[in-house]
Amino acid sequence: MSTPANAAVRKNKRSFPEWLRSRDGQKVLVMMAFLIIPMVLLMVFTYIPFAEMVRYSFYNMKYVGARKFVGMKNYIKVFSRKDCFGALKLSLYYMGGSVVQLSLALYLATILSFKVKGGSLFKGFMFFPFLINGIAIGFIFKFFYTRGFVFDTVLQWCGFSLDNLPYWLKDRSINNISLVGTSVWRYFGQNMVLFIGAIMSVDNELYEAAMLDGANRFQQFKYIILPSIKTIFVLNVILSISGSLSAFEPPYVITDGANGTGTYFVIMHQIAHTQQKVGLASAMAVVLLLIIFTVTILQKLFFKYVFKDSVE
Amino acid sequence: MTFMEKSGKIVLNVIKYLSLIFFSFWALLPVVSCVITAFKTDREYQETNVMVLPKSWLNFDNFVNAFNKAGMGRAFINSTIILVCVLLFSTVIGTQLAYVLNRFKFPGNTLIRNMFLFASMLPGVAMQIPVFEIMYKLHFINFLPGYITVMCGTDVIAIYIYIQFFENIDISLDESAIMDGASYFTIFYRILLPLLKPAIVTSCILKGVGTYNEYYMANLYLQDKTRFATVATSLYTFVGPLGSKYNLICAGVIISLLPALIVFIACQKQIYSGLTSGAVKG
Repeated sequence: MSTPANAAVRKNKRSFPEWLRSRDGQKVLVMMAFLIIPMVLLMVFTYIPFAEMVRYSFYNMKYVGARKFVGMKNYIKVFSRKDCFGALKLSLYYMGGSVVQLSLALYLATILSFKVKGGSLFKGFMFFPFLINGIAIGFIFKFFYTRGFVFDTVLQWCGFSLDNLPYWLKDRSINNISLVGTSVWRYFGQNMVLFIGAIMSVDNELYEAAMLDGANRFQQFKYIILPSIKTIFVLNVILSISGSLSAFEPPYVITDGANGTGTYFVIMHQIAHTQQKVGLASAMAVVLLLIIFTVTILQKLFFKYVFKDSVE
Repeated sequence: MTFMEKSGKIVLNVIKYLSLIFFSFWALLPVVSCVITAFKTDREYQETNVMVLPKSWLNFDNFVNAFNKAGMGRAFINSTIILVCVLLFSTVIGTQLAYVLNRFKFPGNTLIRNMFLFASMLPGVAMQIPVFEIMYKLHFINFLPGYITVMCGTDVIAIYIYIQFFENIDISLDESAIMDGASYFTIFYRILLPLLKPAIVTSCILKGVGTYNEYYMANLYLQDKTRFATVATSLYTFVGPLGSKYNLICAGVIISLLPALIVFIACQKQIYSGLTSGAVKG
């Protein structure tokens, strides 16, 4: 065995091909070979576009043709045009929806994590909507909400009269709620599965001990289940806020943003790909990204602070 | 057990099962109503209420029509090609990346992890504005390999699943192989990759369902729907003049979600565990 000093001297004396054949050389070689493709993909399809997007936001441009530097004009437009920034108001509906969705998921996960007859069947039924492709969902709900079709029929079974029912996708007082409903429908099962996973990761002995100590169901929920899913619950709350701000799919596939259902991203999509105002759309994207980052950081700090408090 | 406790338990059970039945009903209703309608003839569809069962459950005319009208034969071939390539490449890329990030300590390791994490936070719809321009410059529009390349990009969830799995494989395995003179390539391909199989299966199922269902980028980058439609985008055929023939549309919709349903029935456990392990880490 050589001393470290000796090794260092030897290392310096090695020729390049020798170094390549050594362990260190092999290591670097493998790292390069394994990292180069994912890093190139990450650069070409995420970081370069990201930088480009920030640059575009200062230009008046289309995908092809001349571009003109306009400074902050696009950003001023984002805030002054009625259809741009105002569309963010719609995300309140989606936030409301995610509150419903998360509580529903938590409730059902609690039920399903105890012994239930046919539990995996129920779980499968409620989870399956998550696996349906977006376009199919669009058609399914256009059909579902059509006047006199599925939803109206079921409500009529429950005693409602068709004359009192609104047009679910046209009526401006209700159509955003109808769309949010589709999003809850699609994702509550997935949230539920995540929560069940977290609850199941708790050692079973804990429940048995709690039972022996005479804890009732509610106490079990509060002291065992809730702490066990804290991390994933907080994560989902954070995701749901940024998800609501960037809500896109339900209006895009079902109403195409008609009748006041165009969320911020649907408007941005139209401005970018239909009207080809790439600069303005980029500015919209940058503004929303800044908002999302701010909100995410604030939330993280908030939860850190709150939970630290509760531990002490 | 006292009477109170007993009756309390019964009430709790009733509430429990009623909730499960109620929410399962709403989860299934939109899809089941589509199945009912898909089996109706044009006349039945016009004359009966949507929730009235079809006369014959063997009327497959709508399915055949929808399949032909939307060119779903071509679409299934395209989707299969895309699926196989994306899964193959993203598995190779993802496992290799996770191997380097987990087994090698080097400056920049954390930076790379954070770069992937940050990338996953950028909303796809917004990012496609500049990506579209890049795809255009690379001549990747209406080019299957181009779309496949974009789909192989960053996938943090898979990387997390792999890294988590590597953490549970004892590093002494690597070390003893090194003692025996194995190269890093050999260690990765001969020793670690076979051990990684469960993680690969899990993330392939998740990524597979995601890829099969992807329509936004497919619609942007594979615009020539006669040649390059995927199963999801082939459904766009029904937008427009056919837009009110719901017996036909529902049949198309059902065909498009059959593969996902089959995979779901076959691999429920892996899907659940994959989602959970990916989410907890993220």
